[in-house]
Amino acid sequence: MTALKQTPLNAQHRAAHAKLVDFSGWEMPLHYGSQLEEHHQVRRDAGMFDVSHMLPVDFRGEAVRPFLKRLLANDVDKLQTTGRALYSCMLHAGGGVIDDLIVYYLNENWFRIVFNAGCAEKDLAWAETQRDAHAPELEIIPRRDLAMIAVQGPNAAAKLWQAMPGLEGVAGTLKAFYGAPVGEMFVARTGYTGEDGFELMLPAKAAPFLWQAALEAGIRPIGLGARDTLRLEAGMALYGQDMDEGITPFEAGLAWTVAMDGERDFIGKHSLKSLPRNRQMVGLKLIDRGVLRIHQPVETEHGAGEITSGGFSPTLNASIALARVPSGVQLGDRVEVIIRDRALAAEVVKYPFVRHGKALI
Amino acid sequence: MSIPTDLKYTPSHEWARLDADGSVTVGITDHAQELLGDMVFIENPSVGRMVAAGEECAVVESVKAASDVYAPIAGEVIAVNEAIEAEPQRLNEDAFENWLFRVKPAHAADLDSLMDAVAYQAAVDAEAH
Repeated sequence: MTALKQTPLNAQHRAAHAKLVDFSGWEMPLHYGSQLEEHHQVRRDAGMFDVSHMLPVDFRGEAVRPFLKRLLANDVDKLQTTGRALYSCMLHAGGGVIDDLIVYYLNENWFRIVFNAGCAEKDLAWAETQRDAHAPELEIIPRRDLAMIAVQGPNAAAKLWQAMPGLEGVAGTLKAFYGAPVGEMFVARTGYTGEDGFELMLPAKAAPFLWQAALEAGIRPIGLGARDTLRLEAGMALYGQDMDEGITPFEAGLAWTVAMDGERDFIGKHSLKSLPRNRQMVGLKLIDRGVLRIHQPVETEHGAGEITSGGFSPTLNASIALARVPSGVQLGDRVEVIIRDRALAAEVVKYPFVRHGKALI
Repeated sequence: MSIPTDLKYTPSHEWARLDADGSVTVGITDHAQELLGDMVFIENPSVGRMVAAGEECAVVESVKAASDVYAPIAGEVIAVNEAIEAEPQRLNEDAFENWLFRVKPAHAADLDSLMDAVAYQAAVDAEAH
């Protein structure tokens, strides 16, 4: 077995008694004691996540915009000002999702994409193959020298300014999905929790310093366990569960991220146009007692489906899930979820389930 | 947390206690709750159900995963702890205090085949290596 990769904050996790687990080949904190408390900490106050296992990649050169217009299913022409961020899927020619990502605009010759940890190597290889064929002058530069810290929660901004005096002047006015370079650092108002907050990319060697300052400002460390329940409540898709290379964005509730209109030709567009759309992503809330989990079968009047992400929602004190079901299923429908050979009742609900600390269902 | 010496244990991390009335109270060990993390759901067997030793008869679910609980001995389920079903997180607070269900043993001597605290501690230690 090869050794797990460690982020620049590994020593900090150990000092905080994190339960460390293998996550896509990285040794990452699952929790620091109680996943439930960490979940509530982010919904009610402020917490921080080490997400340095994700890979920022710089795309530099004159051809970068047209290259990314072809590489990504969302349209980078929506990015026209420095720091602006866009969520997108990267598709293969068949329309399946290679990865979901955020792309940032730095300037006309410089965009940055953040790939999922588990997809980083194949993503890089894919991007390089496309580059070699269509934009050989373009530079693709993986930034393993950067650490990433996400600070999330209703008090994230106030406590972050406390931790880093001077940051408010630059980042304080950022709207959601905007970012700004701050010296060696890049700060964006993005996240994966459904709360206000920031994602910071900074030199790896500076990460422990920021982490410590944030701790002293009352921002508590949060593990990947709570990150998963937070994103599920926020209705945000997780690559490898809610979608993968065999699933199109339309089947994963991500149609809003695909810019189909216009003449722009992107990889996968042709397939997306011709494939039938007979499956959709819906939210489920369990009515009977139990816990919805990934891969549980769902039975509906329109045919069978499957849970792609499920769990216990600490905010709602109920079990919720994202499920892929036949297109005829409507909001408000009753469906059955098969849990340990029993059919339990669930309701089809809209998602996100929770935003900014408030239950939406 | 130390392992109580007045209880018996299974390799699948249940504890069993022989009560004065001859019934056996069953729960999961502190080691089990720690492995599973924050508990969010408990499903006990129905009262009156006959269970075989080693049979799956309850489920505890944490934020992380669902885990089966096995009957340490054969017998009839005569009571379940409804309070723990209402507040599963109490299992995290004290796994040895918060029981799951009680069994009227088919054979009282079956309890002797379970591990004592020393043997269970050794099993937990071995698992860590």
